[in-house]
Amino acid sequence: MQELGRAEHTSVRVTPKGKDQVVIEKDLSSEEMILNMGPQHPSTHGVLRLECKTDGEVVIEAEPYLGYLHRCFEKHAEMVDYPGIVPFVDRMDYLASMNSDFAFCIAVEKLLDIEIPRRIEFIRVIVSEFNRIASHLVAIGTYAIDLGAFTPFLFCFRDREHMLSLLEWTSGARMLYNYILIGGVAYDFPEGFKERALEFVGYFRPKALELQKLLTENEIFVKRTKGVGIMPADVAVNYGWSGPMLRGSGVRWDLRRMDGYSIYPELDFKVCVPDGRFSDIGDSLSRHLVRAMEIEESLNIIEQCLDRMPEEEGFDPKAAIPKRIRPKAGEVYGRAENPRGELGFYIQSDGKSTKPLRCKARSSCFVNLSAMKELSRGQLIPDLVSIIGSIDIVLGEVDR
Amino acid sequence: MGETQENTSQLPEVIEAKAVWAVLKEKFGDAVSEFDENPTMPFFEVLEPERWLDIALFMRDSPKLRFTYMACLSGVDYPEEKKLGIVCNLESLGELGHKIAVKVRCEREGGVISSVARVWKTAEWHEREAFDMYGMTFSNHPDLRRILCPEDWEGYPLRKDYEVQETYHGIKVPE
Repeated sequence: MQELGRAEHTSVRVTPKGKDQVVIEKDLSSEEMILNMGPQHPSTHGVLRLECKTDGEVVIEAEPYLGYLHRCFEKHAEMVDYPGIVPFVDRMDYLASMNSDFAFCIAVEKLLDIEIPRRIEFIRVIVSEFNRIASHLVAIGTYAIDLGAFTPFLFCFRDREHMLSLLEWTSGARMLYNYILIGGVAYDFPEGFKERALEFVGYFRPKALELQKLLTENEIFVKRTKGVGIMPADVAVNYGWSGPMLRGSGVRWDLRRMDGYSIYPELDFKVCVPDGRFSDIGDSLSRHLVRAMEIEESLNIIEQCLDRMPEEEGFDPKAAIPKRIRPKAGEVYGRAENPRGELGFYIQSDGKSTKPLRCKARSSCFVNLSAMKELSRGQLIPDLVSIIGSIDIVLGEVDR
Repeated sequence: MGETQENTSQLPEVIEAKAVWAVLKEKFGDAVSEFDENPTMPFFEVLEPERWLDIALFMRDSPKLRFTYMACLSGVDYPEEKKLGIVCNLESLGELGHKIAVKVRCEREGGVISSVARVWKTAEWHEREAFDMYGMTFSNHPDLRRILCPEDWEGYPLRKDYEVQETYHGIKVPE
């Protein structure tokens, strides 16, 4: 047995042989194996390739390779004028186009220094919160599927469809809206929108609770996510994490509250952070819980907005849009809270052209994913799937 | 013009940023440029790119500054001045709450900027992206490779004078 003690930390194989006897083989070579996950793997949520160095079932390091969906957004943005960029922005984060448009318009409007009508602000917040719920539902549904639960996925996509119908009714498109424009929105809400939206909120509240129960109280789901991929708060900040990822690590940080853009300062909503009762702070389950709790908060925000939105007869949603969008020379970094975190746009204008000199998109999942190498160290391969799912990446936004 | 400048300097964000700049100017002297009261993004420039790492470390760790969070790092091309550069948007997240932008420039050909990937880990991928798109190198970067384009891609796509390579592995590249 002494020999066994000494053999600790080197690769050994112990085989029982007869009564109270074992055969010990020492210094077995354990070679690293490179395992490619993706780019066409369902659990990578798109076209992401992870090159995993593995030692048996343990991942030593997983290096993400991106760029499979690189469509040169930033180069295109330098070639078209400002309103023409909005459809490109739609196609970055295709699950939350409204929020992306919102962030881009905030950045350009800061540069233009124009006043936005109050009703427009309400419309924008309502559509983006609907889109936030829809996006979180995809995140939760696909996460469940990654971990082998099929039913929540169906529940999520059923309810998401109601929201997409509402947004389609408003904007004319199901996912890529081009609805929030610089200085306004494309159309006013159709007649009867308020009633239909309220009806949906009433319908969805119990469903959201049901979904919570189905996953958060599901033992298998909890065992696969609790304590997996823990990210301490200070490291998360250093990695530039934002959104539900950062809040999952217990940092009370939400741009809707901290930056207070649009009409968010007037609204009453909680910044959701896990309280440590169900999850270990900073693990995959915490990040899932934050998303689930945020659905509730978004419903609250929508209700408040529908209630307080000023009604105006014959309202023209395009009235505040400047005839020619040509910002004065300058630079701006504008940002907004996307479902996946901080989406920022750094824009440079030379003051003469209607096209930006430089337009950089600070993608939230790109930054969140950059911690993958650190998170993957020493994890089991199945836990890797659990970690990627909890990051909630949209490759369209990672690669731009 | 003078009047608008007076108005913009009243913005609390600009006042905070100016206080930050004053601390850095006192500590680093000539390496730090004058403060630009840009109302939408107040910034200063690091005039000696090799000192950028020291300045970054000081900005993160000094109790008066505590810039814990790098929101964004963008590469920029300045073709008229034959320079490349980066713009970093920094913020003291959850601590002091102030924000400032920092610019660093280098030569267009063979330009080097010191990497801050060890100060803010998020800079690692951002710098890789800037290298991929503009071609400046970051000294002491842990893993400086292309990130969005393929490893064997020619040229730096976001430079203003970029011309697309004609073929890539025998496939015609669309204009």
